[in-house]
Amino acid sequence: MPYEARQPSCYVHEMVPNHSRQLALKNERMDECYFDNNLNPFCSFAEGFFYERKIYMISLKAVSKKFNTKQGQIVAVDGVNLDIKKGEIFGIIGYSGAGKSTLIRLLNGLEKPTGGKIIVNGQEITSISEAKLRQVRQKVSMIFQHFNLLWSRTVAENIAFPLEIAGVPKDKRADRVNELIELVGLEGRGDYYPSQLSGGQKQRVGIARALANRPEVLLCDEATSALDPETTDSILDLLISINEKLGLTIVLITHEMQVIQKICNRVAVMEAGHVVEEGDVLEVFQNPKQPITKRFVSQVSEKGQAEQTIQRLVELYPNGKLIKLVFVGEQTEQPILSKLIKQFDLEVNIVQGNISHTKSGAFGTLILQLEGNSSAIEDAIHFIHEQKVLTEVISND
Amino acid sequence: MIDKIFPNVDWPKMWEAALETLYMTAVSTVLTFIIGLALGLLLFLTSPHQAWANKLANWLTGAFVNIFRSIPFIILIILLIPLTTFLIGTMRGPNAAFPALVIGAAPFYARMVLIGLREIDKGILEAAKSMGAKTWTIIWKVLLPESLPALVSGITVTCISLVGYTAMAGIIGAGGLGTLAFLDGFQRNREDVTLAATILILILVFVVQWIGDIITTRIDKR
Repeated sequence: MPYEARQPSCYVHEMVPNHSRQLALKNERMDECYFDNNLNPFCSFAEGFFYERKIYMISLKAVSKKFNTKQGQIVAVDGVNLDIKKGEIFGIIGYSGAGKSTLIRLLNGLEKPTGGKIIVNGQEITSISEAKLRQVRQKVSMIFQHFNLLWSRTVAENIAFPLEIAGVPKDKRADRVNELIELVGLEGRGDYYPSQLSGGQKQRVGIARALANRPEVLLCDEATSALDPETTDSILDLLISINEKLGLTIVLITHEMQVIQKICNRVAVMEAGHVVEEGDVLEVFQNPKQPITKRFVSQVSEKGQAEQTIQRLVELYPNGKLIKLVFVGEQTEQPILSKLIKQFDLEVNIVQGNISHTKSGAFGTLILQLEGNSSAIEDAIHFIHEQKVLTEVISND
Repeated sequence: MIDKIFPNVDWPKMWEAALETLYMTAVSTVLTFIIGLALGLLLFLTSPHQAWANKLANWLTGAFVNIFRSIPFIILIILLIPLTTFLIGTMRGPNAAFPALVIGAAPFYARMVLIGLREIDKGILEAAKSMGAKTWTIIWKVLLPESLPALVSGITVTCISLVGYTAMAGIIGAGGLGTLAFLDGFQRNREDVTLAATILILILVFVVQWIGDIITTRIDKR
């Protein structure tokens, strides 16, 4: 996985949420110091701070946002702590009203927090001047659900807009615009107006525009929610490729688990202004803890539905044994089924299956009906256990 | 034949009056455009959640616009006599019409500018902000270009109103086709002079509308 490869080697040891914890751990973990890079966190406080700046692109510390409305105070974001690493694709999922739109707008200062601290690329953005904030925004760009292109400008002029804002001279603008048009696959469309483009093409213009000033962070505000599934896939592929090519950190918000599954390294689940669950996508998919997370996971795994139908399967396949295999990550690549059939004298019938692919590996379930003599079935189950596949016997003879 | 239908029309005089009307309309349209645009932008930018959100400034601008939009033009001319004599030095001739024309039309246009600006998708403003644009950049590169068709069709309508206003201003001696129709036509009972002046005004209005429509369609890329 290219993203892993870019991380410093000590990344796996790293779960340091703040300076004080670093200091506390400093002495105990001196022996773990790596000298192969200058990113070592534990050698001094200053270096630790430097390290945190290096590894985290965005840090939120107890961030809150309250709105005062006529109906009373609304707490859109409530004490959120998040650390988003450099170069990762970080997803925030939640239903509408969960506060994710407000949260992503806090990251480039479009909304000001009412409490807490936001650090972007080593800079505290909650207390800086409007002028400095405008400079930060050139490095933290954003794409939108409804694209938000200027209809009065052509594709090329839209992409040139942020360059004009940054004060790039005219001749250099043209070169950069051509580069970007090529990067997002819109060759030959430079002189079109947005009204002449499809939704997917408009989002490509939005992405090109967002990349114009070579940002370090790309914020995606429901960037694929207005697109059909096929176009969504192509836009997500484009996001993955720019994440890999340009090494830029992507933060996206969505209500679709498919989007998280397809491109994110890590995910945070938001509900009523809180981050209720957070972790590596694969981990969250395997082991969702909160009810809301389980609901999101069932969007893609259909696990919930599967459980409902198990009883029916037992009735439908009364013979032999029904077993459920749960695949997580690498084993999915192994030819367990063909080995099973070759090694054991059994009839193997696939009753139901569902394997999903996330960015960090596959996971899924497979329900098999095994028919044959009972000792062969026992041996087969033992064999599957040995392959480190989670096995569950659903029914006996 | 023309002499038979319009026996009393003094054509060189009519032509001179038409040019005066054209002059008054053109200059007052330009001034109205500039002042109305500024007022409209001020109304928009001082409204809640905008860059210069300010309740007092918004209320003051709104009150100014509403008051001058509501005063009937013919009364406005009379009310503005002191201001006009102070600014222009006289109450006679085409130049004397400008203060009343602009003060009467600019608030009207400001409202149309505001409507045009409000039609701009909020997301586009947010996008510009997210790119680090300053308020002035947003005004020049987003607000004005994105609302341009509305601004142009608005100034077309305003310009046509101004043609009507110049005729009214003619009654108090500003010159132009209005004065001619009133003094030479109405007061001396020569209906053909009134008719000829009316036809010329109609032609002027149609030409303005036609040009306005062409420009609006050409710049609208939505």
